[in-house]
Amino acid sequence: MSQPRKLHNFPGGVHPAGHKAESNASPIRPMPLLPRYVVPLRQHIGTPARPLVQVGDRVLKGQMIGAAEGYVSTAVHAPTSGKVTAIEPRAVPHPSGLFDEAIVIEADGEDRSIGMQPLDWRTLDPSALRNRIREMGLAGLGGAVFPSYIKLNPGASRNGASPIHTLILNGAECEPWITCDDRLMRERATQMLEGARIMGHMLGARTVIVGVEDNKPEAIAALTKALSEAEADDIEIVTVPTCYPGGGGKQLAYTLTGVEVPTGGLSTDVGIQVFNVGTAFSLYQAVMHGEPLISRVVTVTGHVGTPGNFEARVGTPISDLLAAAGGSLEGASGEIIGGPMMGFDLMDLAAPVTKAVNCVLVKSPALFPPKPEALPCIRCGACARACPVELQPFEMYWFSRARDFGKAQGYNLFDCIECGCCSFVCPSHIPLVDYYRFAKSEIWEREREKQSSDQARTRHEFKTYRLEREKQEKADKFAKAAAETKAKASTAETGDDPEAAKKKAILEAALARAAKAKEEMTAAGLKPRNVENLPPRVEQEIAEIEARRGTAVADTEAEMPKVDQ
Amino acid sequence: MNGSPFTLLERNSVSVVMLKVMAALIPAIIAHAWFFGPGIWVSLLVCSVFAIGLETLMLLMRGRPLGPFLKDGSVLVTAWLLALSLPTLAPWWLYAVGMIFSVVVAKHLYGGLGQNLFNPAMVGYAALIVSFPMYMTQWPGPIGVAVQSINLGEAFDLVFAGQGSVSVDAFTSATALDTWKTQARLGKPVADILVMPAFGWAGGRGQELVSLMYLLGGLLLLGNRLITWHIPAAFLGGVAFTAWGLHLLDPGQHAGPLFHLLSGGVMLGAFFIATDPVTAASTPRGKLIYAGMAGLITVLIRNFGGYPDGVAFSILLMNVAAPFIDTYTQPRVFGHKTSDQAGGRKDTA
Repeated sequence: MSQPRKLHNFPGGVHPAGHKAESNASPIRPMPLLPRYVVPLRQHIGTPARPLVQVGDRVLKGQMIGAAEGYVSTAVHAPTSGKVTAIEPRAVPHPSGLFDEAIVIEADGEDRSIGMQPLDWRTLDPSALRNRIREMGLAGLGGAVFPSYIKLNPGASRNGASPIHTLILNGAECEPWITCDDRLMRERATQMLEGARIMGHMLGARTVIVGVEDNKPEAIAALTKALSEAEADDIEIVTVPTCYPGGGGKQLAYTLTGVEVPTGGLSTDVGIQVFNVGTAFSLYQAVMHGEPLISRVVTVTGHVGTPGNFEARVGTPISDLLAAAGGSLEGASGEIIGGPMMGFDLMDLAAPVTKAVNCVLVKSPALFPPKPEALPCIRCGACARACPVELQPFEMYWFSRARDFGKAQGYNLFDCIECGCCSFVCPSHIPLVDYYRFAKSEIWEREREKQSSDQARTRHEFKTYRLEREKQEKADKFAKAAAETKAKASTAETGDDPEAAKKKAILEAALARAAKAKEEMTAAGLKPRNVENLPPRVEQEIAEIEARRGTAVADTEAEMPKVDQ
Repeated sequence: MNGSPFTLLERNSVSVVMLKVMAALIPAIIAHAWFFGPGIWVSLLVCSVFAIGLETLMLLMRGRPLGPFLKDGSVLVTAWLLALSLPTLAPWWLYAVGMIFSVVVAKHLYGGLGQNLFNPAMVGYAALIVSFPMYMTQWPGPIGVAVQSINLGEAFDLVFAGQGSVSVDAFTSATALDTWKTQARLGKPVADILVMPAFGWAGGRGQELVSLMYLLGGLLLLGNRLITWHIPAAFLGGVAFTAWGLHLLDPGQHAGPLFHLLSGGVMLGAFFIATDPVTAASTPRGKLIYAGMAGLITVLIRNFGGYPDGVAFSILLMNVAAPFIDTYTQPRVFGHKTSDQAGGRKDTA
């Protein structure tokens, strides 16, 4: 459908060279079956999956081998049939370059799969459908890999209607070089649109829009054709201007609806949900064919023999993927996972394709010349004009560099989406985004430190309080006991309380003992310490204290509370 | 640190920015040479040589790499802007003192490229006009006004030897701004002032066309997206509005807006000096306030102050205020709500 929809231009944005032609002409090629797959347990935002298999187990294609653990988590599945040969830390495609727990499967070559059951999504209860989707490991294929079942929950609304009014399918694919979504839209438009319908149904969305950048006319034509063939007009296909980062969720939502997603919020806060087109296709596969998310389309491009798009199973070692694309050419200088604007350097070619890997871009010094040396910022403001979030990047840079992180935060550092537009246009070639990443990580680190020191302080304060309280309790008990003794003693003097009489007897005995001891000492010619010539009243008091101590100690030993420390 | 983005905007660097600024100055330089003789070439050359020498010296003293910082071209822009602000055919040491103030004091003592609080060229100009006011008023008269014109060799002689085959008085004259100021104070009627030889059809004779060439250069900068419209528009608006107001109050004492726009350094200031990103305000609203105020102060100094032109002082004054203005004019960040945002944001395309 052509569009009556009014488009809105988000602020800023840049126009880097597209480099789409290198890979967008060749159809999606399926990867051959490989002898070994490495399936990481953490491919998504949130908790890693919990392994369900053990070394030595035989698995089938599509069998769940890692279960979603907790709310924000997704299941992982065996990419083919074979034997689990290891569950151990392996190289994964992550900017940190650190190893992460992965299940290694040795393929048996038979590629036998579990029985896959299609679902009747129009009749199935949405929450049951969501559970199935969760079990099939669906996650956003745009790069963030957020579990889809969470995003497919429209949430509660007061009046019973869904709070989500608009579903947007993100076919913008604004990063240079990447063409996997483009090919998917061209080749599998019908299935993708059906996936969109399922999503719209689950969300209760009244409007479903597919947003595609105008540098993909073939994809737009394919989608339009698929829509007319289905004799449906329930989905709007909208061409949006090519402008990086037009495929950012919040940017695309603004372009298509003119609604700004509030800071710190999600698009759902304004009734919009955004999914990548690849996710819609995988949802179609999951619902219509019962197929878990075990493969995705990956663009392999740049300095390689035959750039193109590959249907790669999750777990495919990237070295094998590169080999399928004719291998890196002479003089290759590394690989980028993702696009050149927001991707990261691959540390280890043994790392596998995960649900997050949309592109492997082989670098060469000609395609990606080394960055010139950075000069001081001249506050030219090019960064601010390019910023799609309307930040003042040069101010954030200044304060991040000076380690004045509070000030950097004051300039809304955490609104930065790290799209790289500012670094891209900076005439001083300052790696601005690196400074923001640094500042953010420092702030998080300080936050963690502050939290742990707060906890330690709270613990310490509570311990001090508890010791103080115990001391106080002890003192109270002594005072109470003493008061009781005194009261009893006084009653004993006046009344005929047997207890008091007993006490009095003890007292008298003590007095007698003291007198006797004194006598003995005098007899022996010894002088007691400073006690001769005491007046009788004082002697009496000493004896009383002795007696009281005797009873109080006996009492408290019996009643002493049990304490931890 | 070596993360994304892995790609940068092609052919974009500080050197390119500076070269484009210098290129945009060339029409005005040619017009200047046409109307005021070849002296401008000498002062541009002398200032450039001193600038590079002083920059090298300061970089060496500060232990900074020479290559990238000399290549950035920023010091040449400073040299050219100062040279275009000074009377041509002044003695060479005047240029030298000006460049010392610009490069050593205003730039490197503040920390070098990007760190200076004040516009270096304007610091040089201000230092000179405060220290050597006599030399700073000896502008060569435009062709047809000066008693005689000089050639390039004579210009070199004058700059380096103090005098050659011609005497200074033979070709210098008061500028239009100066003349207006003096004559209006003396109570001369406007009609009698405007027919004096310093005046052309709109501003100072000759200077009015040089000003138009600065305007042309400024439009080139705008077209190349090296500057935004905010500062030139607000600066020219501030000048025109203030001049217009004063002219309405007392047309005999105060010249009109067009005269102010096309005389002295207003056009140079509006497009090339007030727009210096390092020292100007940087938010869109801040730029409007910063440049509007600078325009207003320029006319106030011209009309009531002790100096013939107010561009340098007004810009230096607003340089001080720029960080303060920036702090209070931060734009709304995408997704942040403001009270005055009723019907969604305005499209910025």
